[in-house]
This record gives sequence, C-alpha cells and structure tokens, in this order.
Amino acid sequence: MIGKCARGIFGLLAVIAGLGIAGGAQAQPIVGIPHDWQVNFPPSYTPLMERVASLNDLLLVIITLICIFVLALLLYAMWRFHAARNPTPTTTTHNTVLEIAWTVVPILILVVIAIPSFRLLYYGDKLAEAPVTIKVVGHQWYWSYEYPDQGNFRIESRILSEADRLKQKPNMPRMLAVDEEMVVPVGTNIRIIGTAADSMHGWTVPGFGIKKTVIPGRINEGWINVTKEGYYFGQCSQICGNNHSYMPIAVKAVAKPEFDKWVEQKKASAGLPPATDLASATAPANR
Amino acid sequence: MATAHGAAHDHGSHAHGPQAHGHDEHHTPTGWRRYVYSTNHKDIGTMYLVFAIIAALIGATFSVIMRLELLQPGVQYFNAADGTPNGHLWNTVVTAHGLIMVFFVVMPALIGGFGNWFVPLMIGAPDMAFPRMNNISFWLLPPAFLLLLASALIGGGVGTGWTIYPPLTIQQGAGMDLAIFSLHIAGASSILGAINFITTIFNMRAPGMTLHRMPLFAWSILVTAFLLLLALPVLAGAITMLLTDRNFGTHFFDAAGGGDPTLFLHLFWFFGHPEVYIMILPAFGIVSHIISTFSKKPIFGYLGMAYAMVAIGVVGFVVWAHHMYTVGMDVDTRAYFVAATMVIAVPTGVKIFSWIATMWGGSIRLEVPMLWAIGFIFLFTVGGVTGVVLANAGVDYALHNTYYVIAHFHYVLSLGAVFGMFAGYYYWIGKMSGRQYPEWAAQVHFWTTFVGVNLTFFPMHFSGLAGMPRHYVDYPDAMWHWNYLSSLGAFLSFGSTIFWLVFVVFGGLLAGRKVGANYWGDGATTLEWTVPSPPPFHTFEELPHVSPTAHP
Repeated sequence: MIGKCARGIFGLLAVIAGLGIAGGAQAQPIVGIPHDWQVNFPPSYTPLMERVASLNDLLLVIITLICIFVLALLLYAMWRFHAARNPTPTTTTHNTVLEIAWTVVPILILVVIAIPSFRLLYYGDKLAEAPVTIKVVGHQWYWSYEYPDQGNFRIESRILSEADRLKQKPNMPRMLAVDEEMVVPVGTNIRIIGTAADSMHGWTVPGFGIKKTVIPGRINEGWINVTKEGYYFGQCSQICGNNHSYMPIAVKAVAKPEFDKWVEQKKASAGLPPATDLASATAPANR
Repeated sequence: MATAHGAAHDHGSHAHGPQAHGHDEHHTPTGWRRYVYSTNHKDIGTMYLVFAIIAALIGATFSVIMRLELLQPGVQYFNAADGTPNGHLWNTVVTAHGLIMVFFVVMPALIGGFGNWFVPLMIGAPDMAFPRMNNISFWLLPPAFLLLLASALIGGGVGTGWTIYPPLTIQQGAGMDLAIFSLHIAGASSILGAINFITTIFNMRAPGMTLHRMPLFAWSILVTAFLLLLALPVLAGAITMLLTDRNFGTHFFDAAGGGDPTLFLHLFWFFGHPEVYIMILPAFGIVSHIISTFSKKPIFGYLGMAYAMVAIGVVGFVVWAHHMYTVGMDVDTRAYFVAATMVIAVPTGVKIFSWIATMWGGSIRLEVPMLWAIGFIFLFTVGGVTGVVLANAGVDYALHNTYYVIAHFHYVLSLGAVFGMFAGYYYWIGKMSGRQYPEWAAQVHFWTTFVGVNLTFFPMHFSGLAGMPRHYVDYPDAMWHWNYLSSLGAFLSFGSTIFWLVFVVFGGLLAGRKVGANYWGDGATTLEWTVPSPPPFHTFEELPHVSPTAHP
C-alpha cells in the first residue's frame, strides 16, 4: 500500500515536473492536464471557456451563499428552538409575506442566473464563419480527425500503451498520451463537427468549454478557439464499451505557420493508402 | 390534529381486547402462505422493505468494489486474463449498481415499503384498494431482480450504464435482453402499484379525510404514483423498441436503417427525469412528518407543501432533455429546457423553507429520525444547488458526464432519498415492529454514515470540475487524491450500513424496548399513531372519523 502511494506520488511529481518543460520531441508545452488536488475548472484555454468559467464563478457564489444560508437557519433553529430552550411550541403555520418572499426571491435569483446563461448558450452554439473545420469521428476505441478545408486528409489518434508512452512521450500523463494529436492553429476559430462510427462517444477537452456527444448518423456542431500554444488533453465522455477509459483526446495547438506546414506534410502523405479501420487500439497494460 | 374517532380509538385504547384478537386469528394465514399469498398491506410493505435491504446490500457491494478499484491509479482488479484492463466488466458493475439502486432499492423501499405500510394507515383505510394486485406488484419484483442479476452474468454482461443508450446496447450480448425483460417486469410491478395507490388514495380515505387534510406522505405517494403511471409506459415502449432492434431487425435507433439513437435518449429521459422525482418525492413526504413531529408543530404551509410536490411532478415531465444538452439539439430547444429546468428550483425552495419554518418556533427534540431529516434538508439543498448549476446548458458542456454530475445525483439520491429511507426506518420501526431501535447504535450509524457519504461524494465535485469522466475504470494520476478520499468515504459508509443491519435492525428487532401506540408523543398526529405498535393484522375495520377541525 505504501509502495503504491509512493508510486502514485512519484507519478504526480513526474507529471508536475513535465509541466512546461518541452521534451525533445515536442516543441509545445503541456498545458491542458488535470492537477493534483484541483478544486475548480482548469484555466480557460478558449474564449468560450472564459465565459463558462465566469458564469460558473457567479453560480458558485450564489449556491455557496444559499447552502450557508440554509445551514445557518437549520443550526440556529436547532439551537434556539430546542425543546430544552423552548418547551412550548408556537402554532404558526402560515405567514403570507414570508411564503411570497421565498417564492419570489428564488425566481429573482434564477433570473439573475438565466440572463448570462442564455447569453453563454447562444454564444457557444456555432460559428457563422470558420477558416478551419475539423470533423471529429469517434470509433471504438480511438478518434479520427478529418480536415475537409485543408485537402480532406484524415488522421487517427490512439492512446499510447504504457511502454510506448514511456519511450516516446514520457512527459505526457499516463492515460492521456496519444500517438498522433489533433493539430489546430492558435487564435483561429475552428468549427468542430462530430459524428461516430459505431457507438456514441463524447468529445471534450476540459478548459475548452465544449463537449459533444457524437452519435452515429448525426452531425453535432460546436467550435473552439485555442488561445495558447500547447498540448491539451481530454477523455471520451460517453460510455462506449470496453475501452471507454482508453480513448483520450489530445489537441496540439500550434502557431499558424506551423499549422500550415503540418497541413502540407499531411497532404503530401495523403496520397498513401488510407489508414486501416481496425477496430481497436490495444489497451495499455496498467501494472 | 388528525383526531380519529371510532374504530381507531378503539384500537388505540383496547387493542389487546378479546375482539381484536379474535379478528386477528380469523384472517391471519400462517407460515409461508402468510407472505406468498399475502393480500395484507402491512405484510407486503414488510416484504418490500426486506427485499430493498437485500438489494441494497448487493448494490452497495458493487459500489464498494468500484471504489476499491478507484482507490489507486492503475487497474488493480478489473483485469482480463491477459493483463489488459477489462473495461466491459467494469461497465457491467457500474450498470448493475445503477439499475439495482434505482429499481430495486429506492423505489421498493420508499414506495412499496413505506407507501404500503403507511398510506392506508394514514388515510384511515383498512387496506389497499386492490389487495391481490398488491401481492402481484410485490412478487413481480424478485423475478425482475433475478433477471437483472442474471443479465450481469450471461452473455458477457450489460456494460452500458443505467441509461442503456443504443447503439451500445444493441452491441451487447444476450444479457441485454434479460436486462430489458427485467425492466419490463419491474416496470409492470410499479405500474400496478401506482394504480393501486391512486385508487386507494382517491376512494378509501376515512370519512372527513379530505384531500386537503391528507397527510403529506400520502400526498407524496399520490404524486409519485401519477408520475409512475405516466412515465413507466414510455420506458416500456422504448425498451421494447430496443428489444426489437436487437432481435427482430427493426431500426428505430439504428441510423443505418433510417432510425435515430437520439430518439431513444428522448424516450428514456421522458421516463428518466420523472423517475428521479419518483425516487425523491416519498422522501419529501417522510421528512415532512418527521420535522413536524419532532418540532411539535403542524407542518408550515401545508397546502403549499402539497402543491409544491404536485408542481414538481408536473414540471418534472417537461424538463427531460436537460440530460442531453450535448447531443446536438437545436439551440432554442436547449434554451427552453434550461428555463424549464430552473423553474423546478422554485417549488423545491418552497419545500426547503417550509421545513425550516416548521422547525421555527417549535420545540425541537433531536431524536435520531430528526437527525436524518435535518441531514436530508441540508444535503438535499447541496445536491439541489449543483442541479441549478448543471441546468445551465453552457456550464453543463464542461460538466456533463463528469464526476460533478455523479456528485450531484448522489447528493440528491444517495444522501437525499437514502437519508429519507433511514429517517423513515427510525421514525416508524417502532410502529412496524413494536420495538424501538437501540439509541446508541442509531447514533453511531447516523454519524458514521453522515461523515462517510459526504467524504465519498463531496470530493467528486472537485474531480468532476477537474474533468474526470464517469464510467472510468482508471484515471490520470493527478486525480488520485480526490478518488482516494472518495473511496475511504465509501468504505466507511458501507461499514456503517453493515453496522446498522447488525446492531440497529437485528439488535433492535430482537432486543429493542417495547413501545406503545404513540411513542413520539404530542408531535405525532397522523392516524398511524392511533393504532397499537405493531398494528393488528387488520386495522380500521371500523373507519376512523377525521374531525373537520383536524389540521394535517
């Protein structure tokens, strides 16, 4: 047990040490990963997430106050009206003003929440114009990404087995590192359209403010605009079978020229026979 | 005060008189026939409670297995023979835990158990309207439960989550068909039970017991029964379509054949959202009585409380798609569901504040049922406000299917409905068995459970905000600490439940202090406190009369 704890702590240290230190193979810093003892959203990596986080901050204040208010009332009532202190109960069962107040005040609070909420909802819905569109397809159990505006090439993204991760991308977290990341240009509006090949999957990156359940036979649209270069990680968020835990989402955000270079590279190799549609990436051994 | 005249008083004061005994002996079947052939609401209620406890132990064992696995990063126990993680087995355990807890623990305990026991007693009816149907309502459950357990073992198990979304459910092995049949049978059981409750409450109230004088627990069961009656057939239809998709070549949910998986989501949540109110409304009813009893005050704003439940029931039917903000519905549709969902906070707030107002000015005794009820109010508030957060579609995109959602619905169910169940147990066990629970054990049980469940579920808010998705057998190492705490909390809660079973249930039933008809004293005013503890086999053979000045 202690050995395991120690191993866990070492793992965490390794993750923290990996932060911001660009490994030899990766020019980008590792930004979007969870942190030890994290208690809130990750930092906002997109303008959409900034608004999500700001609404959540407002909500957090409101709900904390409500909980404290209810707790305080309960504790006070338990103390003040305890049988020892208040042997004779009142018979009050109605108070019109109070009853109207606790109906109307919650409504007002909800209105205060609803206004920014609707604004956020419509803001996050979809883009009118997007220079880059990426089609995300969920498979059992890996992701594929298509770039229809860049020559319609396709890449596949599979989790790295533990052995491969330690060899190829040791500074990326366990369970999140993949063989090939989805590459996006920074500071660019990117339309995400998602669908799935076999069962539902969930495409999301914490800190992006987007989560799309991708469904066979349907297109689900959203958008991102990553503000900072780096690697960002998410995990499949819709139960999809055996390796649901093992189809992470990895996004590499790069400067525009570098993105163009990457696109040219991919286009050049697109003449090759298409990647196989093999059912699954091998799940990593975890012991 | 729901003063009862006539028969109830007779039973109350001369319960051990020769007449009562004579009646008991006439109609009491003995041995196994008493239960298998039972048409008696009290015996059927008892069977429901025993059934729920057995199912709860199995469901809780699954959750402890899950927390044991999640105690450490990496996969410790859920490995296939070749050492790779067996995610499907994990999903099977998750699914079994969810379905057992929803269909075979919370519903049988609150509705079948306490509902059967106390609705007839509270409204002054001799029994349920359809006693034989009551029998089959119960006896459909054990086969349904066996089918569900078999579904986890046959054909590789059902690894889909309790929401059984296609196309994943279409890919499952034969176990899936057993799970579908299990839900069909459990659903039929609930529908029959609902019909029984509605008929009983509408037609068999004692003279003078108008709807507006009816105890709130009976109100809660009435609303619940309507929700069951309207929601379960939709589930039955959806899973029947799933069954034909799987076995008979239909394509309701298969995009390749012109169908649409999201159709299933809509049908499922049209049932699923009322279902969550089905699980919590009876707990609302129980808590209302306990707060009133131990504050020695009538419930504050009785009509508001009753109609708040009706409002929650009605609005609960038009908010279902907030479970599926991320599936790509039109933005205006999402906006509607955001608004409708937030509306539910209003009647819920009315209930919370009315409970506190009931305590206000009261003469409060912090007996064990009261501890559970007050715990319920606070923890349900915590679970409720995170529901308001999740109602906002924009924020929900960041939280959907993360542990934040797990924390939310365990706060309202595991800490809400389950606290309501324990509150009801402690409040009524003396009435049902004639013996009171042992105080020391009850105190130990409450405090360990209170600490345990909070330790389990509060950290899940944090791991959820950090992005940990649900249905995961393993997690990135950075998620370790919160998961570690959650697991410790789960072990403590499970230990506390075993302690309850041994010392409170068995200890209390075997050696508890014997109690009289109204062992809670002045505050307990509903009709069940006018009959002896335990009540005779048949109660209210002469109907009680509720005085027009009675206050509910």
